[in-house]
Amino acid sequence: MNVPDDLLYTRSHEWIRREGEKIRVGITDHAQAELTDVVFVELPKVGAQVEAQAAIAVVESVKAASDIYAPVKGTVVEANDALSNNPALINTDPFGEGWIFALKIDNPDDLKNLQSAQTYKDQIG
Amino acid sequence: MSSTAWKKTPLYGEHVRLGARMVPFGGWLMPVHYSGIVDEHHSVRNAVGMFDISHMGQFIVSGTGACDWLDTMLTNKVAKLDVGQGQYTFLLNNNGGVIDDLIVYRTGDAEFLLVVNAAKVEEDFVWLEDHNVGQVSNLPSAKNRSADFGGVAIQGPRVVGLFHELLGQNVELPARNCIRDFVIENMPVSVSRTGYTGEDGVEVFFRANDAAKFWNLVLERGKKNGAKPCGLGARDTLRLEMCYPLNGSDLSAERNPIEAGLGFFVDLEKRQFTGRDKLLETKTNGARERLVAFKMNGKGPPPRPHYALFSNGNRVGEITSGTLSPSLNIGIGMGYVSAGSAKIGTPLEVEIRGQKFPATIEKKPLYKKQS
Repeated sequence: MNVPDDLLYTRSHEWIRREGEKIRVGITDHAQAELTDVVFVELPKVGAQVEAQAAIAVVESVKAASDIYAPVKGTVVEANDALSNNPALINTDPFGEGWIFALKIDNPDDLKNLQSAQTYKDQIG
Repeated sequence: MSSTAWKKTPLYGEHVRLGARMVPFGGWLMPVHYSGIVDEHHSVRNAVGMFDISHMGQFIVSGTGACDWLDTMLTNKVAKLDVGQGQYTFLLNNNGGVIDDLIVYRTGDAEFLLVVNAAKVEEDFVWLEDHNVGQVSNLPSAKNRSADFGGVAIQGPRVVGLFHELLGQNVELPARNCIRDFVIENMPVSVSRTGYTGEDGVEVFFRANDAAKFWNLVLERGKKNGAKPCGLGARDTLRLEMCYPLNGSDLSAERNPIEAGLGFFVDLEKRQFTGRDKLLETKTNGARERLVAFKMNGKGPPPRPHYALFSNGNRVGEITSGTLSPSLNIGIGMGYVSAGSAKIGTPLEVEIRGQKFPATIEKKPLYKKQS
Protein backbone atom coordinates (compact mmCIF):
# COMPACT_ATOMS: atom_id res chain seq x y z
CA MET A 1 0.00 0.00 0.00
CA ASN A 2 1.35 3.39 -1.02
CA VAL A 3 2.09 5.74 1.94
CA PRO A 4 4.18 8.70 0.69
CA ASP A 5 6.86 9.77 3.19
CA ASP A 6 6.43 13.50 2.63
CA LEU A 7 2.82 13.65 3.87
CA LEU A 8 1.16 13.76 7.29
CA TYR A 9 -1.73 11.47 8.24
CA THR A 10 -4.74 11.26 10.55
CA ARG A 11 -6.00 8.18 12.34
CA SER A 12 -9.18 8.53 10.24
CA HIS A 13 -7.16 7.94 7.02
CA GLU A 14 -6.84 11.50 5.66
CA TRP A 15 -3.50 12.59 4.20
CA ILE A 16 -2.24 16.18 4.58
CA ARG A 17 0.21 17.98 2.28
CA ARG A 18 1.69 21.23 3.60
CA GLU A 19 1.73 24.03 0.98
CA GLY A 20 2.95 27.15 2.81
CA GLU A 21 0.04 28.55 4.85
CA LYS A 22 -2.35 26.05 3.45
CA ILE A 23 -2.79 22.28 3.59
CA ARG A 24 -4.25 20.02 0.93
CA VAL A 25 -6.26 17.02 2.14
CA GLY A 26 -7.42 13.74 0.66
CA ILE A 27 -7.92 10.14 1.73
CA THR A 28 -5.16 7.56 1.67
CA ASP A 29 -4.59 4.74 -0.80
CA HIS A 30 -5.46 2.33 2.03
CA ALA A 31 -8.78 4.13 2.65
CA GLN A 32 -9.78 4.16 -1.02
CA ALA A 33 -8.95 0.46 -1.33
CA GLU A 34 -11.15 -0.30 1.68
CA LEU A 35 -14.03 1.81 0.35
CA THR A 36 -13.64 0.68 -3.30
CA ASP A 37 -15.55 2.41 -6.12
CA VAL A 38 -16.18 5.96 -4.94
CA VAL A 39 -19.44 7.10 -6.58
CA PHE A 40 -20.14 10.45 -4.93
CA VAL A 41 -18.25 13.14 -3.05
CA GLU A 42 -19.88 15.92 -1.06
CA LEU A 43 -17.41 18.81 -0.92
CA PRO A 44 -17.11 21.48 1.78
CA LYS A 45 -18.07 25.07 0.89
CA VAL A 46 -15.16 27.35 0.07
CA GLY A 47 -14.99 30.02 2.75
CA ALA A 48 -16.33 27.80 5.53
CA GLN A 49 -14.50 28.02 8.84
CA VAL A 50 -13.99 24.58 10.29
CA GLU A 51 -12.87 23.11 13.59
CA ALA A 52 -10.39 20.28 13.94
CA GLN A 53 -12.09 16.84 13.64
CA ALA A 54 -15.29 18.38 12.21
CA ALA A 55 -16.93 16.22 9.53
CA ILE A 56 -16.81 18.54 6.51
CA ALA A 57 -16.99 16.25 3.47
CA VAL A 58 -18.55 12.89 2.61
CA VAL A 59 -17.10 10.19 0.36
CA GLU A 60 -19.65 7.62 -0.76
CA SER A 61 -18.82 4.22 -2.21
CA VAL A 62 -21.42 1.81 -3.56
CA LYS A 63 -21.66 0.29 -0.10
CA ALA A 64 -21.45 3.15 2.37
CA ALA A 65 -21.09 6.86 3.14
CA SER A 66 -17.93 7.92 5.04
CA ASP A 67 -17.32 11.27 6.70
CA ILE A 68 -14.09 13.12 5.95
CA TYR A 69 -12.74 15.24 8.80
CA ALA A 70 -10.88 18.55 8.92
CA PRO A 71 -7.45 17.54 10.28
CA VAL A 72 -6.94 20.94 11.97
CA LYS A 73 -8.79 24.23 12.49
CA GLY A 74 -8.90 26.55 9.50
CA THR A 75 -10.79 27.99 6.54
CA VAL A 76 -11.71 26.05 3.41
CA VAL A 77 -9.96 27.81 0.51
CA GLU A 78 -10.33 25.18 -2.25
CA ALA A 79 -12.62 22.23 -3.01
CA ASN A 80 -11.85 19.77 -5.78
CA ASP A 81 -14.76 20.30 -8.19
CA ALA A 82 -13.31 17.67 -10.55
CA LEU A 83 -14.63 15.06 -8.10
CA SER A 84 -18.23 16.11 -8.81
CA ASN A 85 -17.98 14.71 -12.32
CA ASN A 86 -15.38 12.07 -11.65
CA PRO A 87 -15.47 10.82 -8.05
CA ALA A 88 -13.40 7.79 -9.09
CA LEU A 89 -10.30 10.06 -9.14
CA ILE A 90 -10.13 9.18 -5.43
CA ASN A 91 -9.59 5.55 -6.43
CA THR A 92 -7.25 6.11 -9.36
CA ASP A 93 -5.05 8.88 -7.90
CA PRO A 94 -5.76 9.27 -4.16
CA PHE A 95 -2.66 11.39 -3.42
CA GLY A 96 -2.89 13.54 -6.59
CA GLU A 97 -5.94 14.34 -8.72
CA GLY A 98 -8.12 12.80 -6.00
CA TRP A 99 -7.43 15.51 -3.37
CA ILE A 100 -10.65 16.70 -1.71
CA PHE A 101 -10.13 20.15 -0.20
CA ALA A 102 -7.52 22.70 0.89
CA LEU A 103 -7.55 24.62 4.20
CA LYS A 104 -5.82 27.82 5.21
CA ILE A 105 -4.70 26.83 8.66
CA ASP A 106 -5.11 29.01 11.74
CA ASN A 107 -2.09 27.74 13.64
CA PRO A 108 0.77 25.75 12.08
CA ASP A 109 1.48 24.22 15.51
CA ASP A 110 -1.75 22.25 15.16
CA LEU A 111 -0.01 20.08 12.54
CA LYS A 112 2.18 18.62 15.30
CA ASN A 113 -0.79 16.52 16.38
CA LEU A 114 -0.80 14.62 13.08
CA GLN A 115 0.96 11.32 12.35
CA SER A 116 4.09 10.71 10.31
CA ALA A 117 4.07 8.27 7.38
CA GLN A 118 5.81 5.69 9.56
CA THR A 119 3.23 5.94 12.36
CA TYR A 120 0.40 5.67 9.83
CA LYS A 121 2.04 2.61 8.24
CA ASP A 122 2.13 0.99 11.68
CA GLN A 123 -1.53 1.90 12.20
CA ILE A 124 -2.75 0.18 9.05
CA GLY A 125 -0.37 -2.74 9.55
CA MET B 1 -19.26 -10.19 19.36
CA SER B 2 -15.52 -10.78 18.89
CA SER B 3 -14.27 -11.79 15.47
CA THR B 4 -13.63 -15.35 16.65
CA ALA B 5 -17.38 -15.80 17.17
CA TRP B 6 -18.20 -15.38 13.47
CA LYS B 7 -18.84 -18.58 11.61
CA LYS B 8 -16.74 -19.39 8.56
CA THR B 9 -18.00 -21.16 5.45
CA PRO B 10 -16.00 -24.08 3.99
CA LEU B 11 -14.80 -21.55 1.35
CA TYR B 12 -13.35 -19.10 3.88
CA GLY B 13 -9.75 -20.08 3.05
CA GLU B 14 -10.35 -19.54 -0.69
CA HIS B 15 -11.75 -16.05 -0.09
CA VAL B 16 -8.76 -15.05 2.00
CA ARG B 17 -6.36 -16.52 -0.57
CA LEU B 18 -8.09 -14.48 -3.31
CA GLY B 19 -7.70 -11.27 -1.29
CA ALA B 20 -11.38 -10.75 -0.53
CA ARG B 21 -12.41 -8.13 1.98
CA MET B 22 -14.30 -10.11 4.64
CA VAL B 23 -17.21 -8.68 6.63
CA PRO B 24 -19.67 -10.11 9.17
CA PHE B 25 -23.08 -10.95 7.66
CA GLY B 26 -25.90 -12.86 9.32
CA GLY B 27 -23.48 -14.35 11.85
CA TRP B 28 -20.95 -15.36 9.18
CA LEU B 29 -17.69 -13.90 7.95
CA MET B 30 -18.35 -13.39 4.24
CA PRO B 31 -16.54 -11.78 1.28
CA VAL B 32 -17.97 -8.35 0.42
CA HIS B 33 -15.75 -7.97 -2.65
CA TYR B 34 -12.61 -9.22 -4.39
CA SER B 35 -11.83 -6.96 -7.38
CA GLY B 36 -14.48 -4.35 -6.48
CA ILE B 37 -18.27 -4.24 -6.28
CA VAL B 38 -18.81 -2.45 -9.61
CA ASP B 39 -16.41 -4.71 -11.52
CA GLU B 40 -18.02 -7.85 -10.08
CA HIS B 41 -21.50 -6.49 -10.80
CA HIS B 42 -20.64 -6.00 -14.48
CA SER B 43 -19.06 -9.48 -14.65
CA VAL B 44 -22.40 -10.99 -13.68
CA ARG B 45 -24.39 -8.79 -16.09
CA ASN B 46 -21.99 -9.45 -19.00
CA ALA B 47 -20.22 -12.79 -18.37
CA VAL B 48 -20.49 -14.96 -15.27
CA GLY B 49 -19.72 -14.63 -11.56
CA MET B 50 -19.62 -17.04 -8.62
CA PHE B 51 -20.85 -16.26 -5.10
CA ASP B 52 -20.35 -18.28 -1.92
CA ILE B 53 -23.81 -19.04 -0.54
CA SER B 54 -22.66 -21.72 1.91
CA HIS B 55 -23.96 -19.56 4.76
CA MET B 56 -27.53 -20.22 3.63
CA GLY B 57 -29.42 -22.94 5.46
CA GLN B 58 -30.73 -26.27 4.12
CA PHE B 59 -33.54 -28.23 5.74
CA ILE B 60 -34.78 -31.59 4.57
CA VAL B 61 -38.45 -32.25 5.29
CA SER B 62 -39.66 -35.76 4.55
CA GLY B 63 -42.38 -38.25 5.38
CA THR B 64 -45.85 -39.04 4.06
CA GLY B 65 -47.43 -35.92 5.52
CA ALA B 66 -44.62 -33.58 4.43
CA CYS B 67 -46.40 -31.93 1.51
CA ASP B 68 -49.65 -31.21 3.38
CA TRP B 69 -47.79 -29.97 6.41
CA LEU B 70 -45.53 -27.62 4.41
CA ASP B 71 -48.63 -26.24 2.73
CA THR B 72 -49.87 -25.13 6.16
CA MET B 73 -46.48 -23.55 6.95
CA LEU B 74 -45.68 -21.77 3.65
CA THR B 75 -47.59 -19.23 1.54
CA ASN B 76 -47.11 -20.68 -1.97
CA LYS B 77 -48.74 -23.95 -3.00
CA VAL B 78 -46.26 -26.74 -2.32
CA ALA B 79 -48.65 -29.41 -3.65
CA LYS B 80 -48.35 -28.08 -7.20
CA LEU B 81 -44.62 -28.86 -7.34
CA ASP B 82 -43.58 -31.89 -9.36
CA VAL B 83 -40.51 -33.80 -8.26
CA GLY B 84 -37.49 -31.69 -9.30
CA GLN B 85 -39.35 -28.37 -9.20
CA GLY B 86 -38.93 -25.50 -6.78
CA GLN B 87 -40.74 -22.29 -5.85
CA TYR B 88 -40.13 -19.04 -4.00
CA THR B 89 -42.28 -18.80 -0.86
CA PHE B 90 -42.66 -17.25 2.59
CA LEU B 91 -42.67 -18.56 6.14
CA LEU B 92 -44.99 -16.24 8.10
CA ASN B 93 -45.75 -15.61 11.75
CA ASN B 94 -49.33 -15.64 13.08
CA ASN B 95 -49.70 -11.98 12.22
CA GLY B 96 -48.75 -12.52 8.56
CA GLY B 97 -45.32 -10.95 9.11
CA VAL B 98 -42.35 -12.48 7.29
CA ILE B 99 -40.14 -14.81 9.32
CA ASP B 100 -38.21 -15.76 6.19
CA ASP B 101 -38.35 -15.89 2.41
CA LEU B 102 -37.02 -19.14 0.98
CA ILE B 103 -37.07 -21.60 -1.88
CA VAL B 104 -38.70 -25.01 -1.42
CA TYR B 105 -37.77 -27.82 -3.82
CA ARG B 106 -39.60 -31.11 -4.16
CA THR B 107 -36.73 -33.60 -4.26
CA GLY B 108 -38.92 -36.70 -3.98
CA ASP B 109 -42.58 -37.65 -3.71
CA ALA B 110 -42.54 -36.96 0.01
CA GLU B 111 -39.18 -35.20 0.34
CA PHE B 112 -38.50 -31.46 0.23
CA LEU B 113 -35.41 -29.25 0.41
CA LEU B 114 -35.82 -25.79 1.93
CA VAL B 115 -33.09 -23.22 1.27
CA VAL B 116 -33.34 -20.44 3.87
CA ASN B 117 -31.52 -17.25 4.82
CA ALA B 118 -28.31 -17.56 6.87
CA ALA B 119 -29.40 -15.30 9.71
CA LYS B 120 -32.72 -17.15 10.03
CA VAL B 121 -31.63 -20.81 10.13
CA GLU B 122 -32.20 -21.30 13.87
CA GLU B 123 -35.39 -19.22 14.04
CA ASP B 124 -36.95 -20.95 11.01
CA PHE B 125 -36.07 -24.41 12.26
CA VAL B 126 -37.41 -23.83 15.77
CA TRP B 127 -40.62 -22.38 14.27
CA LEU B 128 -41.07 -25.39 12.01
CA GLU B 129 -40.38 -27.91 14.79
CA ASP B 130 -42.75 -26.12 17.17
CA HIS B 131 -45.49 -26.26 14.57
CA ASN B 132 -44.93 -29.87 13.55
CA VAL B 133 -47.36 -31.26 16.08
CA GLY B 134 -50.26 -33.47 15.33
CA GLN B 135 -51.71 -31.40 12.50
CA VAL B 136 -51.31 -34.23 10.04
CA SER B 137 -51.62 -37.92 10.65
CA ASN B 138 -48.08 -38.82 9.65
CA LEU B 139 -45.68 -36.45 11.32
CA PRO B 140 -42.98 -35.48 8.83
CA SER B 141 -39.37 -35.23 9.96
CA ALA B 142 -37.49 -31.97 9.55
CA LYS B 143 -33.70 -32.07 9.58
CA ASN B 144 -31.38 -29.07 9.68
CA ARG B 145 -28.54 -30.08 7.31
CA SER B 146 -27.06 -26.57 6.99
CA ALA B 147 -23.65 -27.55 8.34
CA ASP B 148 -23.26 -30.50 5.94
CA PHE B 149 -23.62 -28.51 2.73
CA GLY B 150 -21.68 -25.81 0.99
CA GLY B 151 -23.13 -23.88 -1.91
CA VAL B 152 -22.36 -21.36 -4.63
CA ALA B 153 -24.49 -19.26 -6.94
CA ILE B 154 -23.11 -19.10 -10.48
CA GLN B 155 -24.83 -16.27 -12.30
CA GLY B 156 -24.56 -14.53 -15.65
CA PRO B 157 -25.34 -14.92 -19.35
CA ARG B 158 -22.39 -17.27 -19.86
CA VAL B 159 -23.43 -19.81 -17.21
CA VAL B 160 -24.52 -22.37 -19.80
CA GLY B 161 -21.15 -22.15 -21.57
CA LEU B 162 -19.41 -22.58 -18.23
CA PHE B 163 -21.46 -25.67 -17.41
CA HIS B 164 -20.63 -27.21 -20.75
CA GLU B 165 -16.96 -26.84 -19.76
CA LEU B 166 -17.72 -28.67 -16.51
CA LEU B 167 -20.11 -31.37 -17.69
CA GLY B 168 -19.68 -31.76 -21.45
CA GLN B 169 -21.32 -30.02 -24.41
CA ASN B 170 -24.40 -32.24 -24.55
CA VAL B 171 -25.44 -31.86 -20.91
CA GLU B 172 -28.44 -29.64 -20.36
CA LEU B 173 -28.97 -27.58 -17.25
CA PRO B 174 -32.27 -28.04 -15.40
CA ALA B 175 -35.13 -25.77 -16.52
CA ARG B 176 -35.90 -22.55 -14.63
CA ASN B 177 -36.74 -23.23 -10.94
CA CYS B 178 -35.89 -26.91 -11.31
CA ILE B 179 -33.25 -28.88 -9.43
CA ARG B 180 -31.26 -31.93 -10.58
CA ASP B 181 -28.36 -33.98 -9.28
CA PHE B 182 -25.08 -34.32 -11.19
CA VAL B 183 -21.68 -35.77 -10.50
CA ILE B 184 -18.82 -33.44 -11.38
CA GLU B 185 -15.27 -34.82 -10.96
CA ASN B 186 -16.58 -37.38 -8.45
CA MET B 187 -18.41 -34.71 -6.49
CA PRO B 188 -22.16 -35.25 -6.10
CA VAL B 189 -23.85 -31.86 -6.57
CA SER B 190 -27.43 -30.56 -6.72
CA VAL B 191 -27.92 -27.88 -9.37
CA SER B 192 -30.96 -25.62 -9.35
CA ARG B 193 -31.72 -23.07 -12.06
CA THR B 194 -32.38 -20.02 -9.93
CA GLY B 195 -30.69 -16.99 -8.48
CA TYR B 196 -30.83 -13.54 -6.97
CA THR B 197 -29.32 -11.43 -9.74
CA GLY B 198 -31.83 -11.31 -12.60
CA GLU B 199 -29.41 -13.15 -14.89
CA ASP B 200 -29.59 -16.73 -16.05
CA GLY B 201 -27.88 -18.79 -13.40
CA VAL B 202 -27.75 -21.70 -11.03
CA GLU B 203 -27.28 -22.40 -7.37
CA VAL B 204 -25.16 -25.46 -6.68
CA PHE B 205 -25.06 -27.36 -3.40
CA PHE B 206 -22.34 -29.85 -2.52
CA ARG B 207 -20.85 -31.62 0.47
CA ALA B 208 -18.98 -29.15 2.68
CA ASN B 209 -15.84 -31.28 2.17
CA ASP B 210 -15.98 -30.70 -1.58
CA ALA B 211 -16.43 -26.94 -1.34
CA ALA B 212 -12.87 -25.76 -2.08
CA LYS B 213 -12.40 -28.32 -4.86
CA PHE B 214 -15.65 -27.34 -6.58
CA TRP B 215 -14.96 -23.59 -6.21
CA ASN B 216 -11.50 -23.86 -7.75
CA LEU B 217 -12.71 -26.16 -10.52
CA VAL B 218 -15.30 -23.57 -11.58
CA LEU B 219 -12.80 -20.69 -11.52
CA GLU B 220 -10.27 -22.76 -13.51
CA ARG B 221 -12.67 -24.15 -16.13
CA GLY B 222 -14.66 -20.92 -16.21
CA LYS B 223 -11.73 -18.74 -17.30
CA LYS B 224 -12.75 -18.97 -20.95
CA ASN B 225 -16.17 -17.59 -20.03
CA GLY B 226 -14.79 -14.84 -17.82
CA ALA B 227 -15.84 -16.40 -14.51
CA LYS B 228 -14.95 -14.28 -11.50
CA PRO B 229 -15.46 -14.63 -7.75
CA CYS B 230 -18.07 -12.12 -6.55
CA GLY B 231 -18.97 -10.89 -3.09
CA LEU B 232 -22.00 -9.78 -1.13
CA GLY B 233 -21.58 -6.19 -2.34
CA ALA B 234 -22.33 -7.08 -5.96
CA ARG B 235 -24.99 -9.57 -4.85
CA ASP B 236 -26.79 -6.66 -3.19
CA THR B 237 -26.56 -4.21 -6.14
CA LEU B 238 -27.64 -6.94 -8.58
CA ARG B 239 -30.66 -8.01 -6.54
CA LEU B 240 -31.72 -4.43 -5.85
CA GLU B 241 -31.72 -3.56 -9.57
CA MET B 242 -34.18 -6.47 -9.91
CA CYS B 243 -36.16 -5.35 -6.80
CA TYR B 244 -35.68 -8.76 -5.18
CA PRO B 245 -36.30 -8.24 -1.45
CA LEU B 246 -33.66 -8.75 1.24
CA ASN B 247 -35.05 -10.22 4.46
CA GLY B 248 -34.20 -8.01 7.42
CA SER B 249 -34.28 -4.91 5.20
CA ASP B 250 -37.23 -5.01 2.78
CA LEU B 251 -38.97 -7.83 4.64
CA SER B 252 -39.48 -8.18 8.38
CA ALA B 253 -41.73 -9.67 11.03
CA GLU B 254 -43.78 -6.43 10.90
CA ARG B 255 -44.40 -6.54 7.13
CA ASN B 256 -46.46 -9.01 5.16
CA PRO B 257 -45.91 -10.19 1.56
CA ILE B 258 -48.97 -8.27 0.28
CA GLU B 259 -47.53 -4.96 1.56
CA ALA B 260 -44.22 -5.95 -0.04
CA GLY B 261 -45.95 -6.41 -3.40
CA LEU B 262 -45.15 -10.14 -3.40
CA GLY B 263 -48.70 -11.50 -3.42
CA PHE B 264 -47.77 -13.59 -6.47
CA PHE B 265 -46.02 -16.01 -4.09
CA VAL B 266 -49.04 -16.32 -1.79
CA ASP B 267 -51.85 -18.73 -2.58
CA LEU B 268 -54.92 -17.46 -0.76
CA GLU B 269 -56.96 -20.28 -2.35
CA LYS B 270 -55.31 -22.63 0.11
CA ARG B 271 -57.75 -23.07 2.96
CA GLN B 272 -55.24 -22.80 5.74
CA PHE B 273 -51.69 -21.60 6.28
CA THR B 274 -50.08 -19.55 9.05
CA GLY B 275 -50.76 -15.85 8.53
CA ARG B 276 -53.53 -16.39 5.98
CA ASP B 277 -56.24 -14.45 7.88
CA LYS B 278 -54.08 -11.36 8.12
CA LEU B 279 -53.12 -11.52 4.43
CA LEU B 280 -56.76 -11.87 3.45
CA GLU B 281 -57.57 -8.82 5.56
CA THR B 282 -54.75 -6.79 3.96
CA LYS B 283 -55.86 -7.89 0.52
CA THR B 284 -59.50 -6.96 1.23
CA ASN B 285 -58.90 -3.64 2.98
CA GLY B 286 -55.78 -2.64 1.07
CA ALA B 287 -52.31 -2.24 2.56
CA ARG B 288 -51.66 0.90 4.60
CA GLU B 289 -48.12 1.08 3.23
CA ARG B 290 -46.51 -0.47 0.17
CA LEU B 291 -42.98 -1.38 -0.79
CA VAL B 292 -42.12 0.73 -3.85
CA ALA B 293 -39.07 0.97 -6.07
CA PHE B 294 -37.68 4.35 -7.04
CA LYS B 295 -34.96 5.96 -9.11
CA MET B 296 -33.25 9.25 -8.33
CA ASN B 297 -34.03 11.88 -10.97
CA GLY B 298 -30.45 13.05 -11.35
CA LYS B 299 -26.92 12.70 -10.10
CA GLY B 300 -26.43 13.07 -6.38
CA PRO B 301 -25.55 11.09 -3.29
CA PRO B 302 -26.83 7.49 -3.44
CA PRO B 303 -29.97 6.71 -1.40
CA ARG B 304 -29.34 4.52 1.67
CA PRO B 305 -31.46 2.49 4.10
CA HIS B 306 -33.40 4.58 6.69
CA TYR B 307 -33.31 7.86 4.73
CA ALA B 308 -36.74 9.52 4.92
CA LEU B 309 -39.02 9.71 1.87
CA PHE B 310 -41.28 12.72 1.23
CA SER B 311 -44.14 13.40 -1.15
CA ASN B 312 -45.54 16.93 -1.55
CA GLY B 313 -43.54 17.98 1.49
CA ASN B 314 -45.02 15.28 3.76
CA ARG B 315 -43.04 12.42 5.15
CA VAL B 316 -44.53 9.28 3.60
CA GLY B 317 -42.03 6.58 4.45
CA GLU B 318 -38.47 5.37 4.73
CA ILE B 319 -35.92 3.64 2.49
CA THR B 320 -35.27 -0.06 3.21
CA SER B 321 -32.61 -0.66 0.51
CA GLY B 322 -30.64 1.83 -1.55
CA THR B 323 -27.48 2.07 -3.60
CA LEU B 324 -25.95 3.48 -6.73
CA SER B 325 -27.00 1.16 -9.54
CA PRO B 326 -23.86 0.11 -11.44
CA SER B 327 -25.96 -0.85 -14.52
CA LEU B 328 -28.04 2.35 -14.64
CA ASN B 329 -25.41 4.63 -13.10
CA ILE B 330 -28.01 6.38 -10.95
CA GLY B 331 -29.26 6.07 -7.38
CA ILE B 332 -31.98 3.44 -6.86
CA GLY B 333 -33.83 2.03 -3.90
CA MET B 334 -36.91 0.54 -2.33
CA GLY B 335 -38.94 1.67 0.65
CA TYR B 336 -42.34 1.47 2.29
CA VAL B 337 -44.54 4.52 1.62
CA SER B 338 -48.18 5.32 2.44
CA ALA B 339 -50.50 3.61 -0.02
CA GLY B 340 -51.72 7.01 -1.27
CA SER B 341 -48.20 7.88 -2.44
CA ALA B 342 -47.28 4.47 -3.84
CA LYS B 343 -48.40 4.78 -7.46
CA ILE B 344 -45.90 4.38 -10.27
CA GLY B 345 -44.79 7.80 -11.47
CA THR B 346 -45.30 9.51 -8.09
CA PRO B 347 -42.59 12.09 -7.45
CA LEU B 348 -40.73 11.56 -4.16
CA GLU B 349 -38.00 13.40 -2.34
CA VAL B 350 -35.21 11.64 -0.47
CA GLU B 351 -33.75 13.45 2.50
CA ILE B 352 -29.99 13.06 2.58
CA ARG B 353 -28.03 14.90 5.29
CA GLY B 354 -30.74 17.54 5.62
CA GLN B 355 -31.11 18.17 1.88
CA LYS B 356 -33.91 16.85 -0.33
CA PHE B 357 -33.21 15.14 -3.65
CA PRO B 358 -35.94 14.33 -6.22
CA ALA B 359 -36.80 10.74 -7.14
CA THR B 360 -39.65 8.97 -8.94
CA ILE B 361 -41.50 5.74 -8.15
CA GLU B 362 -40.80 3.26 -10.95
CA LYS B 363 -42.15 -0.05 -12.09
CA LYS B 364 -40.32 -3.15 -10.74
CA PRO B 365 -37.81 -4.36 -11.80
CA LEU B 366 -35.68 -1.23 -12.09
CA TYR B 367 -33.26 -2.94 -14.47
CA LYS B 368 -34.28 -4.74 -17.64
CA LYS B 369 -31.90 -6.64 -19.83
CA GLN B 370 -31.32 -5.03 -23.24
CA SER B 371 -31.35 -7.62 -25.98
